[in-house]
Amino acid sequence: MDRLALDISLALRTLRVDLALEVDGETLALVGPSGAGKTSVLRAIAGLVRPERGWIALGDEVWLDTDGRVDRPPEARAVGYVFQDYALFPHLSVRRNVAFGGVRRVDELLDRFSIRHVAEAKPAEISGGERQRVAVARALARDPRVLLLDEPLSALDAHTRNAVRVELHELLRELRLPTLVVTHDFEDAAALADRVGVMLDGRLLQSGTPTDLVLGPADPFVASLTGGVLLPGRARRGPDGLTEVELDDGTLVYSVERGVGRVGVVVHPWEITLARTVSADSARNHLRGSVSALVPDGDRVRVRVGLLTAEITAAAAKELELAPGVPVVASFKATGARLVPLAR
Amino acid sequence: MSARAGFTALLVLAVCVAVGFLLLPIVAIFWEVGLRGLVDGLRSDVARDAFRVTLKTNAISMALILGVGTPAAYFLATRRFVGRSLVVTILELPLVLPPAVAGIGLLSAFGRLGLLGGELDALGITVGFTQAAVVMAITFVASPFYVRQAIAAFEALDGTMLDASRTLGAGPARTFWRVALPLAGGGLGAGAVVAFARGLGEFGATIMFAGSLQGVTQTVSLAIYQEFDVNLDTALAISAVLVVASGALLFAVKVLPLWTGSRSTSPSLFARSAST
Repeated sequence: MDRLALDISLALRTLRVDLALEVDGETLALVGPSGAGKTSVLRAIAGLVRPERGWIALGDEVWLDTDGRVDRPPEARAVGYVFQDYALFPHLSVRRNVAFGGVRRVDELLDRFSIRHVAEAKPAEISGGERQRVAVARALARDPRVLLLDEPLSALDAHTRNAVRVELHELLRELRLPTLVVTHDFEDAAALADRVGVMLDGRLLQSGTPTDLVLGPADPFVASLTGGVLLPGRARRGPDGLTEVELDDGTLVYSVERGVGRVGVVVHPWEITLARTVSADSARNHLRGSVSALVPDGDRVRVRVGLLTAEITAAAAKELELAPGVPVVASFKATGARLVPLAR
Repeated sequence: MSARAGFTALLVLAVCVAVGFLLLPIVAIFWEVGLRGLVDGLRSDVARDAFRVTLKTNAISMALILGVGTPAAYFLATRRFVGRSLVVTILELPLVLPPAVAGIGLLSAFGRLGLLGGELDALGITVGFTQAAVVMAITFVASPFYVRQAIAAFEALDGTMLDASRTLGAGPARTFWRVALPLAGGGLGAGAVVAFARGLGEFGATIMFAGSLQGVTQTVSLAIYQEFDVNLDTALAISAVLVVASGALLFAVKVLPLWTGSRSTSPSLFARSAST
């Protein structure tokens, strides 16, 4: 297994992408808002755009070296690129689309991705999920040594999306190729990737396993990306070795993490419990407020209470007779309150 | 009658006037020539020679236009470089140049006494007043109609398609043949038809640069002009055939993009109505 390594600097219209990465036989997801420069990283690796400065190498094969004046054209870099909208050739049948990458394994790939029954159809005539599979099959037909996936799930409807996410994850685990997935959705990233790198304004803010990022966000942006709610406040040393944070509205919140000065308290929705009155549980933090919104999500409900969002079961919501305007107490443990430094 | 209905009536009247004015001369040609005149006129040597010369010269000319114009248009559509607009403007110049000026220009460049006349003479090549001159006149005048449309068709291609082709291992040439050309096909076909139609009607540049020798350089347009003084029926008969041919070409331009429309992003030369 070759290692993909790169260190590039690339000027885009509105920002500069400065990025160094190493990817072994694993999947790295680049997550960030649109316009963070994620797709440009994939394009640079594929040779579709040329960084001003830097190098890209797969194993000991150099693809780009602006100092050594090496710049392989896209067709001489063994990448399997799945484009955001798949970029299937509309004038070619599914079979010919796959064969475009290489004719050797076409039948095998058609079977493997369950698209043989649409082999003679044009891309416009098949479903979104099938198109996605054709795009992946076509990318693999080239026998790539690196896989690049640009928002592989965003063109799919919610129903197909979950199924495809599972399929794709299995595929990536099986292939064990250095793989880069670009997505704006942390959940997709967490489901597909071994490691996640958070990109903002052309730079890598933090990278680690999805759990690392959820448990130890280094930055308010990473915290909110992973689904956490950020409560700004001022931290000082508190009792029992805890950190005491005075939130902007005067409420006191306690965290096991150390922090001082201006901080954000990050709480994830699944760590918050709701009750009508303060109960004698082990939670250290209790915030009072009234319910402002209830959003059902499967058998769970997301409840907005002030700045917080709690995720509780639908049964619990019913039992508490929750409705907009109902006063509740939101509780979470000191271990569930993570601190990130805030600027200023 | 309400103001709104009155306005609509005004619009309808404008359409009727326009259609009537444009249709009447065409109907008049068929009316004047009659079936008998049509058959007799087309049997004449002048007409036969003219059609033979026209088809031959236009076929060669179209081959040249497609063969050189397509790669040139692809280059201009997919690359950005200093002076690109100037190059495109030069390629489009014959669109606005009076054909007579084109004829004088060709004569001044390739004629016996022209810029390259001496060199061509030394090689034993005489261009002026030969069939080669007809081909050059047609190519000069008709090519921009194709090149312009071809640039637009290639520019309208989804760049991701070309990128996808490259990442799948196809070099620039294979990408051109297998992806760009088929996807732009509808637009290219429409451009070719318009250029062909313009070539069929070429008159000014041809008569100045190639003359009007029956069986050699006399194309249908030139034959109509000559027979106009000699035998009006022949002129009318040739004209009638050209009307039918032009109508067929125009129809082809409208249908070609629709035919490939479902799988191509190239724009059609003429606006499609919303119902199609």
